[in-house]
Amino acid sequence: MSSIGTGYDLSVTTFSPDGRVFQVEYATKAVDNSGTIVGIKCKDGIVLGVEKLVTSKMMLEGSNRRIHSVHGHSGLAVAGLAADGRQIVSRAKSEAASYEKVYGEPISVKELADRVGSYVHLCTLYWWLRPFGCGVILGGYDRDGPQLYMIEPSGVSYKYFGAALGKGRQAAKTEIEKLKLSELTCREGIIEVAKIIYGVHDEAKDKAFELELSWICDESKRQHQKVPNDLLEHAKAAAQAALEEMDAD
Amino acid sequence: MGSQAPAAAGGGQTQRTQYPYVTGTSVIALKYKDGVIMACDTGASYGSTLRYKSVERIKAVGKHSLIGASGEFSDFQEILRYLDELTLSDHMWDDGNSLGPKEIHSYLTRVMYNRRNKFDPLWNSLVLGGVKKGPKGDEKYLGMVNMIGTHFEENHIATGFGNHLAIPILRAEWREDMTFEEAVKLVEKCLLVLLYRDRSSINKFQIAKITTEGSTIYPPYSLKTYWGFSHFENPAQGAVGSW
Repeated sequence: MSSIGTGYDLSVTTFSPDGRVFQVEYATKAVDNSGTIVGIKCKDGIVLGVEKLVTSKMMLEGSNRRIHSVHGHSGLAVAGLAADGRQIVSRAKSEAASYEKVYGEPISVKELADRVGSYVHLCTLYWWLRPFGCGVILGGYDRDGPQLYMIEPSGVSYKYFGAALGKGRQAAKTEIEKLKLSELTCREGIIEVAKIIYGVHDEAKDKAFELELSWICDESKRQHQKVPNDLLEHAKAAAQAALEEMDAD
Repeated sequence: MGSQAPAAAGGGQTQRTQYPYVTGTSVIALKYKDGVIMACDTGASYGSTLRYKSVERIKAVGKHSLIGASGEFSDFQEILRYLDELTLSDHMWDDGNSLGPKEIHSYLTRVMYNRRNKFDPLWNSLVLGGVKKGPKGDEKYLGMVNMIGTHFEENHIATGFGNHLAIPILRAEWREDMTFEEAVKLVEKCLLVLLYRDRSSINKFQIAKITTEGSTIYPPYSLKTYWGFSHFENPAQGAVGSW
């Protein structure tokens, strides 16, 4: 996939002869090299998980959050350049707040995804802006039920049952496809997501990582929140056990 | 509410809020053993008409506070919207901390004072009470801020007519560490006086309390009033008429 776009890749406002915008594709590379993020839509809610690669032993646990609340009912998991991601989160928060101010109602997840997509796309239209080097998975629960959207650096936003971005996305997608999502509850879902992330984590290349899990489900009163500690530990333990089982074969 | 541009063309000066339209009357609050208790009637007057009779003038804010308002009701609704935005962004930080009553009181003071300086006040007297864990354990807080930005903290607060009729009672009978039942009795005593003497109050009250466990706003109820005074039986007796 690494074709050299010599000459046509200097600006985001240049198309190549075969109709590609190389700068956007390069931005996607930044996402592909980041820690894996996973989102699944269960029957009663959404689960978001992030493989947060820890670059230094000095880092405090729980810092550098990669999953952010965008509104009471939605969360955003970020893959790629963290600082770019923070900007997207900030924009999403402000879109949600201004929608509620004008219409008196929380923004629907679809509308929010559209707005985030438009904003990301905006930065691919002008030569004085660079595209965002991050992809995001937006999970939310509104009156149309739980929904999952993924927005890529090109600005496209699609609705998914399950989505993954980052280094281990291919392996993660394979694992997600094996799950029967329509029958899974979020309680079961968090264990599956933990297993997937532990599974795709490459012990050789990246040493330590922290698992960040969040959910929006009936149990959390349709509010986006970090998965409660006891469930988190339980999920981590189950994931570890599954890994050891696999290694034992 | 707020600045109204005159209908005349040619853009003259914008006007500022001159007077309130739909108003709530007194709010009473006091600290007691487990937290703070707040009470008011559920009426909103339109001038001298007792127009709305099921209005909630006390609301919970975040996990640790209660806000009660007297004065222009639409301004109170706007203040509640500001507080919603504030508490939502506080919640989204997800850092284990949440805004306590002192912080919210401080925020509201800034909002009220800034509006007053623009000659466009939010026409309210706000009472802010709550409990939050602090360095010295559970700290109870009760304060008030009004439309000109005057703000203070006290063990008992009353707004509007309550300032004149309820505060003297509270000063005489409030004690540290009252139980909930004692606090309700004291509050009801004040509410009854206000019911008899404040023309804008109605006989339908709500009591709310806030403790470390959270806030509770009780359903509205009425107080028993007594009108059997001998002087009311023959009001014209002893009155000198000019006819």
